[in-house]
Amino acid sequence: MTAVSAIDLEKSYGKVAALKGVGFDVAPGELFGIIGPDGAGKTTLFRILTTLILADKGSASVVGLDVVNDYKEIRKKVGYMPGRFSLYQDLTVEENLKFFATLFNTTIEQNYYLIKDIYVQIEPFKKRRAGALSGGMKQKLALCCALIHKPEVLFLDEPTTGVDPVSRKEFWEMLRRLKEQGIAILVSTPYMDEASLCDRIALVDDGTFLGIDTPRGIVDSYKEIIWSVKAPGMPKLLKALRTIPEVKTAFAFGDVHHVTVKSGYTMDMLKSDLGQKGFRDVEVEKITPNIEDAYMLLAGK
Amino acid sequence: MNMENNIVIHTDKLTKKFGDFTAVDHISFDVAQGEIFGFLGANGAGKTTAMRMLCGLSKPTSGKGTVAGFDVYTQSEDIKKNIGYMSQKFSLYEDLKVWENIRLFGGIYGMNDKQIAEGTDRMLESLDFTQERDTLVKALPLGWKQKLAFSLAIFHHPKIVFLDEPTGGVDPATRRKFWELIYDAAEDGITVFVTTHYMDEAEYCNRVSIMVDGRIDALDSPSNLKKQYCADSMDEVFTKLARKAQRTGD
Repeated sequence: MTAVSAIDLEKSYGKVAALKGVGFDVAPGELFGIIGPDGAGKTTLFRILTTLILADKGSASVVGLDVVNDYKEIRKKVGYMPGRFSLYQDLTVEENLKFFATLFNTTIEQNYYLIKDIYVQIEPFKKRRAGALSGGMKQKLALCCALIHKPEVLFLDEPTTGVDPVSRKEFWEMLRRLKEQGIAILVSTPYMDEASLCDRIALVDDGTFLGIDTPRGIVDSYKEIIWSVKAPGMPKLLKALRTIPEVKTAFAFGDVHHVTVKSGYTMDMLKSDLGQKGFRDVEVEKITPNIEDAYMLLAGK
Repeated sequence: MNMENNIVIHTDKLTKKFGDFTAVDHISFDVAQGEIFGFLGANGAGKTTAMRMLCGLSKPTSGKGTVAGFDVYTQSEDIKKNIGYMSQKFSLYEDLKVWENIRLFGGIYGMNDKQIAEGTDRMLESLDFTQERDTLVKALPLGWKQKLAFSLAIFHHPKIVFLDEPTGGVDPATRRKFWELIYDAAEDGITVFVTTHYMDEAEYCNRVSIMVDGRIDALDSPSNLKKQYCADSMDEVFTKLARKAQRTGD
């Protein structure tokens, strides 16, 4: 049985098509990332799968149950952490957790082992109102509340948006530990560097999936010739690269530029072309593309 | 770049306390005209509080600070007129048309009708937006909204533009094109003060400061910081510094 299965899901809001036919499967215990920018359709997909809205077309099941006919059963078996903080601000940390446990007919004690690692970090503040917590602590509390009924599938909608790189890494470490408990986790994110932490990923753009594979598989299927280029005067170098007809794309990537070039064009030819434009000490290297390179190629941007 | 003569942001032991909590703890730095200055730090390190003081929105507890030559204690209204501000969370009115947003922001920044009318034409042309003049902002793709928001933040030719996580949530190509706009602005002499959670973007800054627990623990060019911390990337530099933090993050 799959944890999640979706076939040709479509959803429009008036004239705006949010999902244009999306299908995929997630296995039990899999950490599945849905990666794409704001407005790509990530939240719409999550809301369909958690039975909060209906798709216009297509079908989906969660732990073998249909999202339309069996929605009441599904709600008992999934945990959902929406992108916007949605706990009760006027209840304390402890009261929120107790409330969600009670809603699902369980107690904090019964499933404490699941949340223990995360909850101990916010326990010193258990008498504090949720509204008065810092962002990082709110996020941890929301995750505890989504877990307290021991869901089979966990849906996390952009849990790390606006979170600094170090806290993001810590959050992903928590997810890996949860995965070991056999919970399937669907997580959406606009941060492409988080892709490598997932078992499999779907790259999403404008309501469609550009590709579904392991992070490795996505990178391996990249067929362009890609180099990194570096020279003094990086902003000018970028503009110069784009004037070379054999250069297909040129984008800044940290302290280097990544360029894709037409076949037959060599590194020496690039160095000589840049030399004619006045660039000295040009360094060119063949590189392995990363997920952002793959995304840009697939999205055709 | 003549650092001494063209200082547009100057702080000396600038501090902000809330009760016994020191949110910003004696920060001292200068930013030169036309510089792209990256202001990094973990959540809760004090970035927002520091930025609010520099934008004239919050009075410091102690220390000195001038922005565009104006004092952060006594001339906050002058500061506001001489800076631009853009954040990913809020920048444009979705239910207003493109030209209405431009009109509104121009008015807020004290531009007269003629300046606004001429500036509008010029901006729409340079953005290739002329056909979108009457489009509601909410109907624009995210990448376009960001370009427009940035152009509005510098519409009144401020000396400094503050960008608070301007690229959150956008696709990789749009994010990079946005940085190309930043470079153009810096070339025109506008100082760019920018926060980001993307560490590759830290590499695009002339200099980067990293806040830890309210202090500025590191400040230098990306290449010098990488040397100093024996790191291959700014991500590594950031991780080394931020892991030292004692405060519970926000």
